[in-house]
Amino acid sequence: MAKITFNIGGVHPDDSKIAKDRPIEVLPLPQTVWVSMAQHLGAPAKPVVAVGDKVLAGQVIAEPGGFISAFVHSPVSGTVKSIAPRKDLAGNNMTHIEIAVEGDEWVEGVDLSDTLVTAIPEDRQAILDKIKACGVVGLGGATFPTHVKLNPAPGSVAECLIINGAECEPFLTSDYRIMLEKTKEIIVGAAIMQKVLGGCRCVIAIEDNKPEAISAMRKALGELGYSNMEVLPLMKKYPQGGEKQLIDAVMHRQVGSGALPISVGAVVQNMATALAVYEAVQKNKPLVTNTLTVTGDCLPVEKQHNYLFRIGMPLSYIAEYAGGVPGDAAKIVSGGPMMGKAIANLDACTVKGSSSLLYLSEAMTKRGEQSACIRCGKCAQACPMGLEPFLLYRLYKAGNTDELEKNAVHDCIECGCCLYSCPANIPLLDYIRQAKGQVLGIIRARAAAAKAAAEAAKTNEKK
Amino acid sequence: MSSTIIWTIVIIAGLGLLLAVILFLVARQFRVEEDPRIDEVEKVMPGANCGGCGFAGCRAFAEAAVKAPNLDNNYCPVGGNEVMQKVAAILGYEVKEKAPQAAVVRCNGSCANRPKTNVYDGAASCRVKAALYSGDTGCPFGCLGCGDCVNACQFGAIVMNPETGLPVVDESKCTACGACAKACPKGIIEIRPKGPRGMKLYVSCVNRDKGPVAKKACAAACIGCGLCAKTCTHGAVTVIDNVAYIDPAKCKLCRECEAVCPTGAIHSVGFPKPVDKEAVKKRIADRKAKAAEAAKAAEAAAQPVKKEENNG
Repeated sequence: MAKITFNIGGVHPDDSKIAKDRPIEVLPLPQTVWVSMAQHLGAPAKPVVAVGDKVLAGQVIAEPGGFISAFVHSPVSGTVKSIAPRKDLAGNNMTHIEIAVEGDEWVEGVDLSDTLVTAIPEDRQAILDKIKACGVVGLGGATFPTHVKLNPAPGSVAECLIINGAECEPFLTSDYRIMLEKTKEIIVGAAIMQKVLGGCRCVIAIEDNKPEAISAMRKALGELGYSNMEVLPLMKKYPQGGEKQLIDAVMHRQVGSGALPISVGAVVQNMATALAVYEAVQKNKPLVTNTLTVTGDCLPVEKQHNYLFRIGMPLSYIAEYAGGVPGDAAKIVSGGPMMGKAIANLDACTVKGSSSLLYLSEAMTKRGEQSACIRCGKCAQACPMGLEPFLLYRLYKAGNTDELEKNAVHDCIECGCCLYSCPANIPLLDYIRQAKGQVLGIIRARAAAAKAAAEAAKTNEKK
Repeated sequence: MSSTIIWTIVIIAGLGLLLAVILFLVARQFRVEEDPRIDEVEKVMPGANCGGCGFAGCRAFAEAAVKAPNLDNNYCPVGGNEVMQKVAAILGYEVKEKAPQAAVVRCNGSCANRPKTNVYDGAASCRVKAALYSGDTGCPFGCLGCGDCVNACQFGAIVMNPETGLPVVDESKCTACGACAKACPKGIIEIRPKGPRGMKLYVSCVNRDKGPVAKKACAAACIGCGLCAKTCTHGAVTVIDNVAYIDPAKCKLCRECEAVCPTGAIHSVGFPKPVDKEAVKKRIADRKAKAAEAAKAAEAAAQPVKKEENNG
């Protein structure tokens, strides 16, 4: 098999896809759901329902709070009990809409059947409007509103749409399962996005540790007969699913520092996003469900599951349904073991981008004792963005933001390869993330100042 | 041989003389006029270069002070009134005396009061920890305990108490430069007046959660019940966002709020004796009874007046 992958850095953690043969099960509804207003990147949504309102599943309960924001829909039918702050995954307060579940009625027009609809609407704007109205966001992790990404700035041309099926994070299998179970739906979803982008090439990129998914996709593609679309197997390497890494692997083009993928003619969308787009456009179904993996190294295979969940379900409810938290779990992580976040509060609720409930043992998560940097350069070798983490760490400690900026700390994608590869157990990423925040703040402040100065100059000219 | 040495000396000396003349002319041509008072002011400054005044070091402060029309906006918290008097004498300004200040840590979430709910094993930095999540206790507002404030202090005035896991301020060393308050990502450190004879009262909590939630996370949390605000006769206590705040400018140190606080969130510093809660509570009750009586009497007094009005 061709060894196609990205060029710089990367690491090879064991892929541990233990839950890959567990088919997707539908989770029963809990008695109450809490829907967070921060389901996406950008401004939190604004609630448009009041306490006591009756809502149906799929009904809009919150509208976008800014340009980069998204609609939020009710995942269940029932009564709004409260709109109040509740603690999220990280234990910070966020406005949640509490809905007491009564039955399971959906708003009119939503097609809940399994029949495949292949006729794609003609009007590009109508498709975009539908994607926006259904609150679709990128489900690969960043939850960036999809309608914004699919509508690149005038003047930029999309040459290639990449459907991201790398699923390079160990343990996670939700994308793999939908690739097997919703193959054709994903392909139609990809075709819809292809149409919105003006009929560019489409590449479905899948890592070669998922041969079943590759063959299923190829077979379905042949049956559906789309000609401008291909399946591309990639060599397994973390972080292949990173946007810039995937573009490098598929198109052999490098996205510049601070630039968007569209600058090299690429648009990357996740597998689950393609499915959500299909459901939104063809079935009128808003994004209120997604697939999540319950897995981990301290869970026997028979207790691992792939679930179709609704947003707003408490994680503790899912954990309980799946058989409880295993006793030897030292950490529960939401997301993959590399980039996921440890959960500080199991009562937090699922959001659109939830992808896993990962139980990791102490052996897996315990950080070794930190020792001095021996300048071995492993972190620089592992960094997929070509940065020098050991240097960035030292610069952060010295508070040298000018040098940090020169060394492109803001290009860090926070993949964790540096921390993973460091033999001295230095928490490199912890500090670099801080440095990145600082430098991004400085860059933004500078841009804002330049803008203000330009505007001031303009008004002066007018005078 | 000897002529080589002589020539060398002559050339070097001539070159030196020429360069000296050039340097002299350049220095004269491009001389920067500088107010000599800047140097004088800098000399009396403490020289800590801590930035507590808001300027980048003592020199920058001296420059700003000399340029400014008065000293209202320039104050060196480290040197305090003593240094400012000297600065004022040099510049011929008047100085507004400021009460001496010190940092207070507004969190009492010790290990006993605020049980840990999870284990944090990331980088030992409050800033890093705060960026990741709400912290290893149920309270998302309180002290994270990694000691960023301790690292920020150049005066050794703040140290971690290993028993409580909270930072402790040594007021005798604290210069109120505010470096710790800036370093704290949770904003729990406040620069407050030291108070008369070092006595002061403050609310040692910044938890904005509602009462039951706050109480569940920490036994010593301010639950926003407002009892202190109701009791205070000086209007010094306000409750905003479920957390009380004592205005040091209005506080008369009567300690009534401290006595009535159900969770012990109000702390007193520098008083000779611990507060006698029962005595203070009795005093409040007596005052209330008297007030009620007075109100009754006033009502009784007001009625005849009303009647007269009616008659009139």
